[in-house]
Amino acid sequence: MNSLWLIPALPFVGSVVCGILHALTLKARKANPEAHGPSALAGFVAMGAIGAACVFALQAFFAIRGDTTSVVSDPWAWIPIDGTNTANVAMLVDRLSGAMALVVTGVGLLIHVYASSYMKGDPGYAKFFAYLNLFVAMMLILILSSSLVGTFVGWEGVGLCSYLLIGFWYDKQDGWPAVAGQKAFVMNRIGDASFLLGMFLLFTQLGVGFDYSAINEAAASRAGGADNGMLALAALLLFGGACGKSAQLPLSTWLPDAMAGPTPVSALIHAATMVTSGIYLVIRLNPLYAMAPDVMYVIAVVGALTAFFAASSALVQRDLKGVLAYSTVSQLGYMFLALGTGAWVAALFHVITHAFFKALLFLGAGSVIHGMHEEQDMHKMGGLRRHMPRTFATFIAGAAALSGLPLLSGFFSKDEILAQVFLQGGPMYLLWGLGVVTAMLTAFYTWRMVALTFFGPERFDVDRVHPHESPPLMTVPLMILAVLSVIGGVMGLPHVVGHLFHVPHYLHDWLEPVTRAGDQILHRGPAPHLADSTEWLLLGFASLIAFAMAHRGFHTHKHGLIGEETMQAKHPAAAGVLSKAWGLDEAYQKAIVAPFKLLAVFIAVVIDQLGIDGAVNAVGRSAQAAGTKLKRFSDGSIAGYGLWMGAGAAVLALVLTWMGA
Amino acid sequence: MLLTVLTFLPLLGAMLVAGLPSRNEKVLRGITVLVTAIVAVLGVVLYNGFDGADPAAQYVAQADWFQLGKIEVQYLLGVDGLSILLVTLTAALMPFVAAASGGHIKQRTREFLVWLLVMETGMMGVFLSLDVMLFYFFWEVSLVPLYFILGIWGAEKRIYATLKFFLYTLSGSLLMLVAVIAAVYGAESTSIVEMTAWASEQPLSVTGWLFAGFAIAFAIKVPVFPFHTWLADAHTQAPTAGSVILAGVLLKMGTYGLLRFGIAMFPAAAIEAAPVFMLLGAFGIVYGAFLAMAQTDVKRLIACSSVSHLGFVVMGMFALTAAGVRGSVLQMVNHGLSTGLLFLLFGALYERRHSRSIDQYGGLAACVPMFAFFWVFSMLASVGLPGLNGFVGEWLILLGTFQASPWIAAIAVTGVIFGAVYLLMVTRKLLFGPVVHEENRRLEDLKPIELAVVIPLCAACLWIGVAPGGPLGKMDGSVNELIQTLDGLREGDQSAQLNVEHEERAR
Repeated sequence: MNSLWLIPALPFVGSVVCGILHALTLKARKANPEAHGPSALAGFVAMGAIGAACVFALQAFFAIRGDTTSVVSDPWAWIPIDGTNTANVAMLVDRLSGAMALVVTGVGLLIHVYASSYMKGDPGYAKFFAYLNLFVAMMLILILSSSLVGTFVGWEGVGLCSYLLIGFWYDKQDGWPAVAGQKAFVMNRIGDASFLLGMFLLFTQLGVGFDYSAINEAAASRAGGADNGMLALAALLLFGGACGKSAQLPLSTWLPDAMAGPTPVSALIHAATMVTSGIYLVIRLNPLYAMAPDVMYVIAVVGALTAFFAASSALVQRDLKGVLAYSTVSQLGYMFLALGTGAWVAALFHVITHAFFKALLFLGAGSVIHGMHEEQDMHKMGGLRRHMPRTFATFIAGAAALSGLPLLSGFFSKDEILAQVFLQGGPMYLLWGLGVVTAMLTAFYTWRMVALTFFGPERFDVDRVHPHESPPLMTVPLMILAVLSVIGGVMGLPHVVGHLFHVPHYLHDWLEPVTRAGDQILHRGPAPHLADSTEWLLLGFASLIAFAMAHRGFHTHKHGLIGEETMQAKHPAAAGVLSKAWGLDEAYQKAIVAPFKLLAVFIAVVIDQLGIDGAVNAVGRSAQAAGTKLKRFSDGSIAGYGLWMGAGAAVLALVLTWMGA
Repeated sequence: MLLTVLTFLPLLGAMLVAGLPSRNEKVLRGITVLVTAIVAVLGVVLYNGFDGADPAAQYVAQADWFQLGKIEVQYLLGVDGLSILLVTLTAALMPFVAAASGGHIKQRTREFLVWLLVMETGMMGVFLSLDVMLFYFFWEVSLVPLYFILGIWGAEKRIYATLKFFLYTLSGSLLMLVAVIAAVYGAESTSIVEMTAWASEQPLSVTGWLFAGFAIAFAIKVPVFPFHTWLADAHTQAPTAGSVILAGVLLKMGTYGLLRFGIAMFPAAAIEAAPVFMLLGAFGIVYGAFLAMAQTDVKRLIACSSVSHLGFVVMGMFALTAAGVRGSVLQMVNHGLSTGLLFLLFGALYERRHSRSIDQYGGLAACVPMFAFFWVFSMLASVGLPGLNGFVGEWLILLGTFQASPWIAAIAVTGVIFGAVYLLMVTRKLLFGPVVHEENRRLEDLKPIELAVVIPLCAACLWIGVAPGGPLGKMDGSVNELIQTLDGLREGDQSAQLNVEHEERAR
């Protein structure tokens, strides 16, 4: 099915067209600085391209419902490696990539619609859509590629777009967005280097090339073998790549800074799609990970720690987008926790619901920021529910889903993860505990955010700032996402609940062909589930803590800053540490960035200039000096020459005699 | 015949430019561009006609030259899979260099153009010669024009840089001459093919020394750490055209020499020396990157990035695997394109602002958007973004190195990170942030002539990045033959070792 190539190609073409529109706009602006040129068209081009890609993705999606579980395009023989091997790239839609492609194009389309209004009036309007479309194209290549090499193309491509879009307003705030973009790219590259090594190790160990199907098959065939250490190392290295892209510890610090980009970018790239690539990669290679239990354990620990670390950091952030950023890191941690326990379906479930409610929250935040004239500090908001009713209502839906209030999408997906961790037992109870604490923190910070933004007194200059509701192009996507956030849980109802209504776990059944091999290795059959009574108990417990902590978070902050101040006063040290996200970023600056800079200067000045070049110049100078000294011997005096000639002849004669003897 | 034309047409052009009565610089430059463009077209014809599956030299041109005792020195040109890409690159790059030189060569234009054309003859000769004396002749010929280009049209510290360049290259050349003489008298032939055959029958005690002589001579030219300090000075002081040729082609004479005379002629010695050179390459990658991070002079920074990128090339070829060698040869071309582009673009900026200091810029993206676009594009090609040329080369090199030594590949892979650090840093400081210097607001964006130079080169980067199968296919025959030879030697070694062990056990 070569029309699969169209899915990434359409947004790519859209990107090129938008780029040309941007160039034409710049040209028009040269003549008349006020001119808009054809840039307004860019929004339509970009939306059209995503919409068309979405249609083709849907077509492919419907083609894989029945017995056919995957369709694949002709391969592009990209890099001939040696006489026999070639790195191929083909587009593959199967149960996993089909679902992801729908999320990317669907949520992507909504965000494009929203952005067409949000970015109105920006001088880089067309450029913005060129980047955004390019991002979607790269994301689709990442997801749809049938091989690790193809995925790596998209992997680096989305990193590039992320860099460009974070730094989109590169001249604002003294160039801070450009710094943030650079940081994101470099952090991602650290992960990418690890990814590369993992890819090479798989290539040399398995010798089956880079296609996922071949790798998974070869890995599964070695399951239970004696020495799989190298494969485990490869899995770990690839997980290193995932850490970079999905902002897990220790590579997490770039994501909060990425909020320097325009808000639709944060919604699309840094919440709904790109940052979930790492989860996608692990699910894609589930047989490989299934046979490396130690690596899975590492993944679970990293995920749980990241979830807790980020959720606690979100507690005290004042920046509305900052809360959402840390929340995203934290939710991604949940997904890795799920992967670490082999709960592939739960991880993907949370990827999807999170895409709905986090995109919704970011876009809602954008609507607030827009209405507040670019204010992001929640301490300068308050009482906005009266001014922005539609944004408020949809934001509440997103907040409820994020905090895991019962029956909403986030409730079911998060609960499934926690249930799966609980099922593992043993040391996993610890991680489960951490997950539960994180869930409590999540409910707290979410409703603190809602209270500070929409309730309480208005803490802004009423004469200067007139908050207003956003236009329909922005609020309609919010409403659609709100509906999805509320009902999205239906695709994966818990076992016990599903039984009541005779509804299967749709997502589980859908994904079964993809996860079968991994489950087979882990469980020698389909994945088990909890006893009904335990499951009910856990559901009830989760509902209870969500309500309790949401209540607490909301009521301590609904009267304005009093709650904040009392907490500050009670625990100043904790508040300080948390507001700096445990000081990790500063530690990196001090322990890594600064010494590296120093080292670079040391190498350049001391070793290179003084050392190596110094030695070179010294050789040059001594040659000159020697020349100056030797000059005396050729001073033009015949007697002198005669003397030296005689002396030389004598020495030569002596030597020859000695050698002859 | 085609190769003879490719080599000597520029020299004819040089004579024409030198002898023409017209003093109009535009006419002179027009002729130069025309001549180099014809050579470029011929280069493309050659590329298309070249059969990549055939390992033998093609388009051979042969004539007797002179007698050296018993030895018949020949005029012998030919092209094979190791040289085809570099020949095409040289031919294709020169018209752009000639066209771009109009912006910054304002005095003694005629002389400059003559040297440019003479240099092209020299470089072509180096890549096409299949006779070692002829090779040496062209090698020296190519040295002289750059000496003058650097010395006459260079920046403020040009004399120091020129002297340094000359002394370094000369010492390399002399070392090579010694090795050439020794090898020629041993082989009793100057034909590279016959010398290789002779070398294959010599013990390691002989070929080891010869390999060392050639390898060090070429390592200076590349330059491999610790011989690299001439490069930063030469690049920084050279006029844009000089920097572009230096990065684009001249340095490749070193890496090409390492491959042709180091590895292909003395494969057994190369196997022994491979770990050292791979480590030197990997070390160069990291070292060059750190050097680049500390620079405040943009041209110097790009020069240091060359040290890093050439580390990849050296490491890849000494991996002695198919992927490594192929990636290495391709990366020679890639580095020529992407670094050439960076020098060309910064040269355009330098013509307008006359400063190489990074803090004289900032926020240029808002002032000169087209410049910003092409700079970012070239920077990404250099960083090795998939879809552009640099990635294919780096990826193959890293894969090939990983096959040979995972640990060295693990060191080298950090270059992927550090490369992003310094290139993104210089990009940010040039293009992003607020505009600090008011005069930058009035900068003129790229002119049509500059676009005409930059766009085709960017297109080439994209083409190699998306469809590297074409250029990589051109070296199939030659690289496969080389790898077979190497494999044969390695297997021979192993079986010899096994025999020894067997004998010991028998005792």
